[in-house]
Amino acid sequence: MSEPVSASGTVIRRQIKLPFTKAVEISLKSIRIRFWRSMITAAGILLGIAFFASVRMSAVFSHAQQTRVDEKRATLARGGKLSAEDVILINSAAANAKEEAAAGTRLQWLSIMALLVCTVGITNSMLMSVTERFKEIGTMKCLGALDGFIVKLFFIESCFLGFIASVLGFVVGWLVISLIRLAMDGVEVFGPYFWMQSLRLCGQSAVIGTVLTFLATIFPAYRAAKMPPVAALRAEV
Amino acid sequence: MANEYVVRTKDLVKEYTMGDQTLKALNGVSLDIFRGEYISIMGPSGSGKSTLFNAVGGLDKPSSGSVFINDVDMAQLDAQELAYLRCHTIGYIFQTFNLIPVMTALENVTLPTVFAGMSTDEGVERGIELLELVGLGGRLHHKPSELSGGQQQRVAIARSLANNPSIILADEPTGNLDLNTGKEIIDLLKSLNKDQGVTIISATHDLKMLDVSDRIVWIRDGQIAKVEERKDLDIRIGEMEGQEALH
Repeated sequence: MSEPVSASGTVIRRQIKLPFTKAVEISLKSIRIRFWRSMITAAGILLGIAFFASVRMSAVFSHAQQTRVDEKRATLARGGKLSAEDVILINSAAANAKEEAAAGTRLQWLSIMALLVCTVGITNSMLMSVTERFKEIGTMKCLGALDGFIVKLFFIESCFLGFIASVLGFVVGWLVISLIRLAMDGVEVFGPYFWMQSLRLCGQSAVIGTVLTFLATIFPAYRAAKMPPVAALRAEV
Repeated sequence: MANEYVVRTKDLVKEYTMGDQTLKALNGVSLDIFRGEYISIMGPSGSGKSTLFNAVGGLDKPSSGSVFINDVDMAQLDAQELAYLRCHTIGYIFQTFNLIPVMTALENVTLPTVFAGMSTDEGVERGIELLELVGLGGRLHHKPSELSGGQQQRVAIARSLANNPSIILADEPTGNLDLNTGKEIIDLLKSLNKDQGVTIISATHDLKMLDVSDRIVWIRDGQIAKVEERKDLDIRIGEMEGQEALH
């Protein structure tokens, strides 16, 4: 099969492109104009990650508490003296330890389920957004957009939303649990261990949230990309 | 002749299967369109007018037969090359304008130049030039929602010209506009056709379009019923209303 040749005799080359900066610009505008819909999508991720973060933070606090109890026990073993408060701390810790461990595992599972549910939610919301925009997508294709451009636009849009929502979700979950612990146990639990773990969890939340939104967008983006250009011609629905 | 025809179709057939019935939306359409022509494809709904239009625009694949654009057989092109063709060779105008709602008039016109790999400065310059050409120099930064129907269609026309296409495909360009605005859009298309030498192919019901067309292709039951030249039409312009009864 010979190369397709245009009228002027030059071979048609593949030169269609969409620079990344331009794609980001378009995606951000899409988010802005559909602000409330975007916020609802984001809220799903935000809540899921907030729950996840709160469960993980609780575990961090339990661990910190356990370390404190172990220290006191060690003091006791060395023959040191403990205050009445410390005795209460040790006793309640012993009573709670088993219960907390069991509840902790259950919560971990719940938080995983919550994240899965929010992933499905994002897929649903993005699919609706594809349906809403079929004309826009068709038009872009008529103007020469490749399937890849559409995929790019959808991924940038959802990953941006996913990242922002995850970080915010972490802040919400973190703040709630930290305030509760602050009220219950006082400032003693907020040691360097706490801050280290918080930072780590923040990164974790951002990565998990973004990756999940990315996964959730694969199918909708594929659907959008496969939309035929002739969709642009269809009358209003 | 490499340059005489901008679009040629040969024995175009498009079949749709509905259950066990086969419906022929197009039944052997052969049409040659000259460079720089203003062609109107007319016909009642369901005549195959849109199917022909879509096939010519590379929006739909025919069941058999071929479409040549600038002597390139569309069936031979892969997805990338088709996109390239849509970007550079064909400009589309739609009944419902189809501007991207999140973008300003200027950004809408600039978008095809981005796809074509033009630099931002060049693209913006071209966009402003085109919007001035269609009489919207003062509304560069308006969103589609802030423009009237006629103005939106002008932006769409400017956008279709962005990459200097050889063909403009207009699908019922006046279908959503009132009489006077429709007339203005038709005049604009005609002046572009004359001044820029761009071939205009439009599918339409609008009889106002007959006035400016070089040729009118009447489609009926998936076949070309007749092709009229404008000079033949002038004589009968008084009977224009009768045309509708004919179909």
